[in-house]
Amino acid sequence: MKERLQKIKDEAIAKIKASESPEALNEVRVSVLGKKGELTALLKSMKDVAPEDRPAFGQLVNDARAEIEAAMEEAKSDMEKILLEKRLKEEVIDVTLPAKKNMAGHRHPNTIALEEVERIFVGMGYEVIEGPEIEYDLYNFEKLNIPANHPAKDEQDTFYINKEIVLRTQTSPVQARIMEKGNLPIRMISPGRVFRSDEVDATHSPSFHQIEGLIIDKNVTFADLKGTLDVFAKELFGAETKTKFRPHHFPFTEPSAEMDVSCFKCGGKGCRFCKGSGWIEILGCGMVHPHVLEMCGIDPDEYTGFAFGVGLERVALLKYEIDDMRLLYENDIRFLKQF
Amino acid sequence: MNTSLSWLKAYVPELDVTAQEFTDAMTLSGTKVEGYEALDADLEKIIIGQIVKIERHPDADKLIICQVNIGEGEPIQIVTGAPNVKEGNKVPVVVDGGRVAGGHDGKPTPGGVKIKKGKLRGIESNGMLCSIEELGSSREMYPEAPEYGIYIFPEDAEVGTDAIEALGLHDTVFEFEVTSNRVDCYSIVGLAREAAATFRKEFKPPVVEVKGSGDDVNNYISVEVQDEELCPRYCARVVKNIKLAPSPKWMQRRLASVGIRPINNLVDITNYVMEEFGQPMHAYDLDTIAGNKIVVRRAEKDEKFVTLDGQERTMDDSVLMICDGEKAVGIAGIMGGENSMITDNVQTMLFEAACFDGTNIRLSSKKVGLRTDASGKFEKGLDPNNAEAAINRACQLIEELGAGEVVDGMVDVYSKRKEPVRIPFEPERINALLGTEISKEEMLGYFKLIDLEYDESANEVIAPTFRHDLFRTADLAEEVARFFGYDNIPTTLPSGESAMGKLPFYLRVESVARDIAEFCGFSQGMTYSFESPKVFDKLLIPADAPERNAIVISNPLGEDFSIMRTVSLNGMLTSLATNYNRRNKNVRLYEMGNIYLPKSLPLTELPEERMQFTLGMYGDGDFFTMKGVVEEFLDKIGMKEKESYDPNAGKSFLHPGRQANIIYGGTVIGFMGEVHPTVAATYGIGDRAYVAVLDMPSIVEKATFDRKYEGIAKFPAVTRDISMVVPKNVLVGQIEDVIAVRGGKILESYELFDVYEGSQIKEGFKSVAYSIVFRAKDKTLEEAEITSAMKKILNGLQSLGAELRQ
Repeated sequence: MKERLQKIKDEAIAKIKASESPEALNEVRVSVLGKKGELTALLKSMKDVAPEDRPAFGQLVNDARAEIEAAMEEAKSDMEKILLEKRLKEEVIDVTLPAKKNMAGHRHPNTIALEEVERIFVGMGYEVIEGPEIEYDLYNFEKLNIPANHPAKDEQDTFYINKEIVLRTQTSPVQARIMEKGNLPIRMISPGRVFRSDEVDATHSPSFHQIEGLIIDKNVTFADLKGTLDVFAKELFGAETKTKFRPHHFPFTEPSAEMDVSCFKCGGKGCRFCKGSGWIEILGCGMVHPHVLEMCGIDPDEYTGFAFGVGLERVALLKYEIDDMRLLYENDIRFLKQF
Repeated sequence: MNTSLSWLKAYVPELDVTAQEFTDAMTLSGTKVEGYEALDADLEKIIIGQIVKIERHPDADKLIICQVNIGEGEPIQIVTGAPNVKEGNKVPVVVDGGRVAGGHDGKPTPGGVKIKKGKLRGIESNGMLCSIEELGSSREMYPEAPEYGIYIFPEDAEVGTDAIEALGLHDTVFEFEVTSNRVDCYSIVGLAREAAATFRKEFKPPVVEVKGSGDDVNNYISVEVQDEELCPRYCARVVKNIKLAPSPKWMQRRLASVGIRPINNLVDITNYVMEEFGQPMHAYDLDTIAGNKIVVRRAEKDEKFVTLDGQERTMDDSVLMICDGEKAVGIAGIMGGENSMITDNVQTMLFEAACFDGTNIRLSSKKVGLRTDASGKFEKGLDPNNAEAAINRACQLIEELGAGEVVDGMVDVYSKRKEPVRIPFEPERINALLGTEISKEEMLGYFKLIDLEYDESANEVIAPTFRHDLFRTADLAEEVARFFGYDNIPTTLPSGESAMGKLPFYLRVESVARDIAEFCGFSQGMTYSFESPKVFDKLLIPADAPERNAIVISNPLGEDFSIMRTVSLNGMLTSLATNYNRRNKNVRLYEMGNIYLPKSLPLTELPEERMQFTLGMYGDGDFFTMKGVVEEFLDKIGMKEKESYDPNAGKSFLHPGRQANIIYGGTVIGFMGEVHPTVAATYGIGDRAYVAVLDMPSIVEKATFDRKYEGIAKFPAVTRDISMVVPKNVLVGQIEDVIAVRGGKILESYELFDVYEGSQIKEGFKSVAYSIVFRAKDKTLEEAEITSAMKKILNGLQSLGAELRQ
């Protein structure tokens, strides 16, 4: 019996080693370990063994079975390895073939610039508030210290609907609307469309966008205005950006300033981009005029504030080096895809 | 406003800076220099030479050979084609290696033209004689220059000296951007005051003194101002025994440097004083003034008047006229009349320096259609106290130039004297506003620089009347800041309580809309809010449709931009057409923009502005692609109920069989469809185009970012497929309504997997197949429950006319 067992085992292991496919291996398994297999048959002939030898013989059979199974497991694993290697070799691809893209659409450069600006100011605790695009003359002009017949009304080339209602020429009327509500302190930015009677050309558009900023609180200073806009410029144009404030005049701020940033193309050395000056004019700003505060019901002895206005297209054109404003409103997909 | 450095130096003699230093410092102290031009930038090695001998060129009829004494060494030989030079003439000579500003054509050449010795038709030439144009100027500015040929210096010019110097061209002209509040800086004296303050140099304005020649102005003229609102001050002086002549070179040069053409001494003096003091003046031939009388009154309606340029102009009754005893002689502040203008025969002259209401001049100038240098100054609102100084300055110059005899006295109609504004001096408030710690003394020092006096007893700062922009502490703070230096003010951040920055809910929803549109391949466009009224016809919108009630702009850029849009599609279709026209394939665009719906017309209150999320596409994709984008968006903003689509949207601009209103929770939130072929053709889109317009305010109402986890199903689902034949006109939406309503609680989902019309289906019917999924949250469903639900669904479908296919 023992010899038979040894023979079955040896032959099985030899067959296993000779097997070249999982199918061949399976045949060995069925023929040796299966219900009608040789080893199973041997186990069935246990009754021929003396009862006292049966446990030992059973142990032998089980050991042989374990050995065969182990050999089979090993052969199977080797075979899988070979198969896998073969498959991997066959599956080599040309990784430089074109990508399959989802073809996502693209955001308008104005919006990208707007979101940048919003991100910066929301991060500094400003709330985004919008106002109407068709606006009362009262808010667009009068409450901003631009009374009837003020030359600024001409200068800004306003589109009128009638005497009282205009297409807003600036986002500043939102300042007056919010101040008038009287929920102090105020920290807000207000982006939106504005309109001026300019013929369309490479640098003008009768419709464009501004972002207004306003802060009203106790003890707000011109130094705070400088600090805030300096942070803004560095965030928007890079940490090395320097700012320069020049005196200017706006009817609704006093003192007023224009802010230049060091040219982000040449770093301030002077180039074609900044017309050799090293600086690029970026926004107008100032301390909210006390008369404007008064007209909106705020006591200028108690509260001060600053305001600023940025031309969104100006930022977009500068930041993305777009040389013709008309491109922004043509919506040619070849243009939009670049953003 | 342009000014030459030399003219400024006349009042700030110690000013010694380069053009760039001047530009930078003035800009930082609030007088922005836009740019500058060195008049001698392209002029090099040009000296005064004297022609000692002229010979004919042996080989060229039009050329001559000049021997020119240039002061040192032997005379040099120069060949020229100029017809006007004679022996003895003193002329500008550019020698070998020098440069001139322009070519022979009289036009300036950028970078100049280099002059080298060479041969002209075989004869050596060692330089060039220059015309005024070659020196970068013109006969307009140098009236003594010949019409064609070489500039010739007066006999007393010194040979061998710098010709550029002699012509006054070693100068720089600055272009200033003066802000509208600084009327005083529309004058050279005003700019010089700022320059002196900026560089902390002494300011020496002209000392005005008129000697007078006796007599009394009242013997010559009287003045009556009928409208003192529009003419707060009128000053008049008389000059007799006029001697018209060219003005002296220094005056001509200064005028030329700022672009004013010298004419004669009288004209030049008025122009000179207008630049110097910022006060326009007018000169009348007194002999043409009837009744020795000036009357300042408003024009009659439709009054006609011929201005000194010979044009007849029509007034209305808001235009202020200067008249004599009988007739109008000038439009106040704008232009004098032909009937009273100075001619070569003038004997006695009336000088007018007045102050007119700025707004009225501006509006009159528009009405009359005539804008002049004078009206440009007046409309800014001038200081009446400046008029007297200016007229006296002009009379002083008349005397200095020997242009006539100034009659003693001035007629001055000035009822309401403009007084200086007094502002309480509050240094601590100024520091609080600026965020600085500037001492009181330092502030007073800055005020002194710009002629603001300090009344110590009243503790008030007195703003001179030419500074009509100073009223209160904030204004003084700006003056302090300007001279302290904006760049010396510290940079800090606001100290107040820090707030939470935020984006309002509706903007967050808009932001998701953009994300989804882009995710689905749509790029963002932007189009104008105003468009042509023809848009309605292009979109086939019926004549009586409410969309045609659009707000009209009263002064549009043109008809194409004259109404505020009430539908958002024109911009989208135009943009699609632009792309189609440029052969861009598979274009998908979206826009987030307002439409403007008036509550009533004409507009008495602000219209409703409704944000429209407009999508448009052509190329790959169809109606259902667009529908997918819409549903993807609504799903992302928490609108989880099933949308329904009503094909009876009634949109004239969409394909009648391929359009739908999009309905959510019983409300129409937008519409979509294929663009009507006629409309597509009108716009020039040669492909099927699809659009969707979502009304954002309606959507924002229903959107939410709240989410709730509902658990993942633990019990198995059971799927039943059904296939049916229904009449063609039954909408899939109707079938789905039946399934949704009748499926009951255990209905989890359903999915259309086949729609078929064709050969195997009887005429007028279509085959529709659904996969319906049932599941209970709390148990495994039993067959009976499913059968019962299916039965209900099938009954419902039969009432739609469906026949089940087995």
